[in-house]
Amino acid sequence: MILQTTQEGENAPVFVTEIESIPPGQGRCFTVGGKAIALFRLRDGRIFALDNSCPHRGGPLGAGLVGIDFNTGREAVVCPLHAFKFSLRDGAGISNELRVRHHRVELRGAAIHVAVSGGE
Amino acid sequence: MAAACVFNLQSTVPKLVSAREKLLVIGGGMAGARAIEEIEARAPSRFAITMYAAEPYAVYNRILLSDVLAGAKNPEGIFLNSLSWFAERQIDLRIGEKIASIDCARKLVLTESGAAQSYDYLIIATGSLPLVPDIANVATPGVFVFRTIDDCRLIASYAKGRRRAAVIGGGLLGLEAARGLLGHNLKVTVVEVMPYLMAQQLDPESAALLARTMEAMGLEILFEKATERVLGNGAAQGLRFKDGTEIETDMVVISCGIRPNVRLAVEAGLRVERGIVCDDRMRTSDPAIYSVGECVEHRGRVYGLVAPLYEQARVLADNLTGSSPAAAYAGSKLSTRLKVMGVDLVSIGDGRAMGGEGHTVTRYVEPELGVYKKLVVSGGKLVGAILLGDTDAASTLIDAYEREIELPRRHSELLFSRAGAGDPNAAVEAMAESAVVCTCHQVRKSVLVEHIRAGAALDDLCAITRAGTGCGGCKSHLEAMMAAYGSDRADPAASYYVKAVPLDKPALVREIKRLELRSVSAVLSRLGIGVDDPESKPGLASLLKTIWGRGYVDERDARFINDRVHANIQNDGTFSVIPRIYGGVTSPAELRRIADAAEKYHARMIKITGGQRIDLLGVGKSDLPAIWRDLKMPSGHAYTKAFRTCKTCVGVEFCRYGVGDSTRLGIAIEKRFQGIETPHKMKFAASGCARNCAEATVKDVGVVAIEGGWQIHVGGAAGSRVRAADLLAAVKSQDEALKIMGRFIQYYRENARYAERCYAFVERVGIKRLREVLIDDSDGDADRLDREVEAAAAAYRDPWSEGAAPFEPTQFAEAIAVEGAASIRGNP
Repeated sequence: MILQTTQEGENAPVFVTEIESIPPGQGRCFTVGGKAIALFRLRDGRIFALDNSCPHRGGPLGAGLVGIDFNTGREAVVCPLHAFKFSLRDGAGISNELRVRHHRVELRGAAIHVAVSGGE
Repeated sequence: MAAACVFNLQSTVPKLVSAREKLLVIGGGMAGARAIEEIEARAPSRFAITMYAAEPYAVYNRILLSDVLAGAKNPEGIFLNSLSWFAERQIDLRIGEKIASIDCARKLVLTESGAAQSYDYLIIATGSLPLVPDIANVATPGVFVFRTIDDCRLIASYAKGRRRAAVIGGGLLGLEAARGLLGHNLKVTVVEVMPYLMAQQLDPESAALLARTMEAMGLEILFEKATERVLGNGAAQGLRFKDGTEIETDMVVISCGIRPNVRLAVEAGLRVERGIVCDDRMRTSDPAIYSVGECVEHRGRVYGLVAPLYEQARVLADNLTGSSPAAAYAGSKLSTRLKVMGVDLVSIGDGRAMGGEGHTVTRYVEPELGVYKKLVVSGGKLVGAILLGDTDAASTLIDAYEREIELPRRHSELLFSRAGAGDPNAAVEAMAESAVVCTCHQVRKSVLVEHIRAGAALDDLCAITRAGTGCGGCKSHLEAMMAAYGSDRADPAASYYVKAVPLDKPALVREIKRLELRSVSAVLSRLGIGVDDPESKPGLASLLKTIWGRGYVDERDARFINDRVHANIQNDGTFSVIPRIYGGVTSPAELRRIADAAEKYHARMIKITGGQRIDLLGVGKSDLPAIWRDLKMPSGHAYTKAFRTCKTCVGVEFCRYGVGDSTRLGIAIEKRFQGIETPHKMKFAASGCARNCAEATVKDVGVVAIEGGWQIHVGGAAGSRVRAADLLAAVKSQDEALKIMGRFIQYYRENARYAERCYAFVERVGIKRLREVLIDDSDGDADRLDREVEAAAAAYRDPWSEGAAPFEPTQFAEAIAVEGAASIRGNP
């Protein structure tokens, strides 16, 4: 195992990519420690990370539209398959009861590090 | 987890909880949830409520299960009360917790896990169970009942890869199940023991009409077949009937009706006949225990429709909360609006009588159209009616039945709404004020009109009155009422082009041009309310490209994934690749390249599309640039809101009947308009004669050759709606046809709402107005429209050229592995 646990349910942050590999306002999928993680770069430069797979039907969230949800004012991604919406901050469903796993991001200069949460 | 969250909320107010009377509800279905809603509406937080739901889901709309089975709705789409709804009211929802017994003497319930919970009041809302007739071998795998979300899931997963299904039961439920199964590409046989369908609601003649319509949809129906045994060892393979005949099948769904779920009540010693016997206040034989829903027997009757359950819930709440202690349930006058496999059916009271015994029967039958209307009148009042195929008169008749109105002597007037058939606008205006519009929730026209006049938008109207939230059958009437009684000022946001920019389309276009805004981010920051709303971006991108052509600043975050990678995303995250085949005419060399590419990139399916092209399905994102390179064919744009394709017939070149060269025109159409983005997709067709083999009159734009020229049709549809196109013009030459079509495309681009299909646009603007502007040039704008569309066509660039020169980094990257990077550069 490469990753070491630092606090309950969360692994130590690992370097994933440079910010330039994600165009502004978009997401991309990365495989980190065997897990598919979607990274999102908002137009204002903030970075968020969620599991790539939509809990509804497994749509690739990394390919979804990203921005600030008009109704709730929350940072959000819209799944490209059936338009289920999730908060980028905590993975909570917006107008739905589902939830997607959220991961903590550290930006060190242009280098994006992610603390992958969850046991497996 | 969710139940625990509800718990926490409650534990923050422990004193309040213990001070309140304890109300337990057994059953998490529509009746139990509705009873709680009615109680909370009268006396918020008066009771500490716990609801036990055996099914592992929050409350859902069981009426819509067949839509879930058919795949038309997700299970999430039919939930009624969300977990947060329960949490906000501090209702302790125990999902998946089953009750083992009720101890009336000690006022306790025991759960299957052995926990005891005391109550002051108890509501039994255990609903019903599927009725399974006595059939040998019924426990064979592949035999299902159809009652819950889990049943839908089991049936759907078993249906995968199988060919045939049999449904036992030709009643409402059985036909709904059959409809759901047809959605899984199965050959479906309905097995009915009676000599006709829906014996509860229909008479033999209307049932025969319905059966004919259903058979035309591909259903096989067997009558007078009593099933004796399921055949097959280890898996269902067929059915044997009592008359000795057999059929083969791969699976069986039993849908013969329901029986009240009364086990707990029986064991508790409550009075139970067919159902749990309740008085007019919805109390059982134990005064602390109420019951509501399909498990109830009231005055000798058991109900299986939603409207009576809701009436019962109201009376129960009136009594239990003391808000109206005299409230009494007198039984329900039943009427239902059903949609059986897309066929409208209204059944009022008992419409099965054929005359005699003081009954007068008036009927109107139009077998060709599948229309059947029948009134049963007794003592001058309506006692029953059946409306099949044309249900415009339903509201008037339901009103007459419920209020026992003295009918006019001429009954035929009642069978036909005064206005044109099928016109919901005229139908709602003709309705009496007291007429029930939503039969599920018993919402009357007068109540709806009051809310609409007070300025309610359609969503609010549904949320407040609950109209349209049951079976949804009255939605078109609600929309018509909004149009008829709503004021224009009701909801300005409805006119905005996208929600994050408070301008309608003409004003938005004006501002974009005035300020020379060329990118989506510029429009959102200058004209928007300062929110980078993801769902507002694609519409703006489409509009900017229409306005600026090549001068548009392309920001790909504003576009759907399809438009970022120029392919259509599929349900497993792979893509479909459809190269352009002009006019559907191809060559051996092209076909070879397609075959080679399909093999090389492991396309999982090769499919001839409805637009006369070839679809390679199951291609990975990172393979897209390479497959485009190998195909050496341009994009067919089968993934975006743009000009798509032009379907053609063989035309004069080979066809004996052709009068116009439809293939040549089809190819010219595709070459001219390829790549032009439009508010929604546009599908074209060109037919070489009036036989119209290319089906041009159900396309967004269609041309049909006539002697000496072409007819141009616009606004056709053959999707979820079928609409014959309107004739826009007849012209002499192909060049003229191309010019008029281009003019229409540009007018549509400039004036349609985002995602408004041509058929809706043509209907909204009206063909008369379109002819004035585009043919008679009433606005003097025709030349400009021609120039604009010409410029748009000239700006064409094959999007697949991005395969060789990507627009941005990692554009076609699948999941990017960072395993190595993580180990080397993990922790600094």
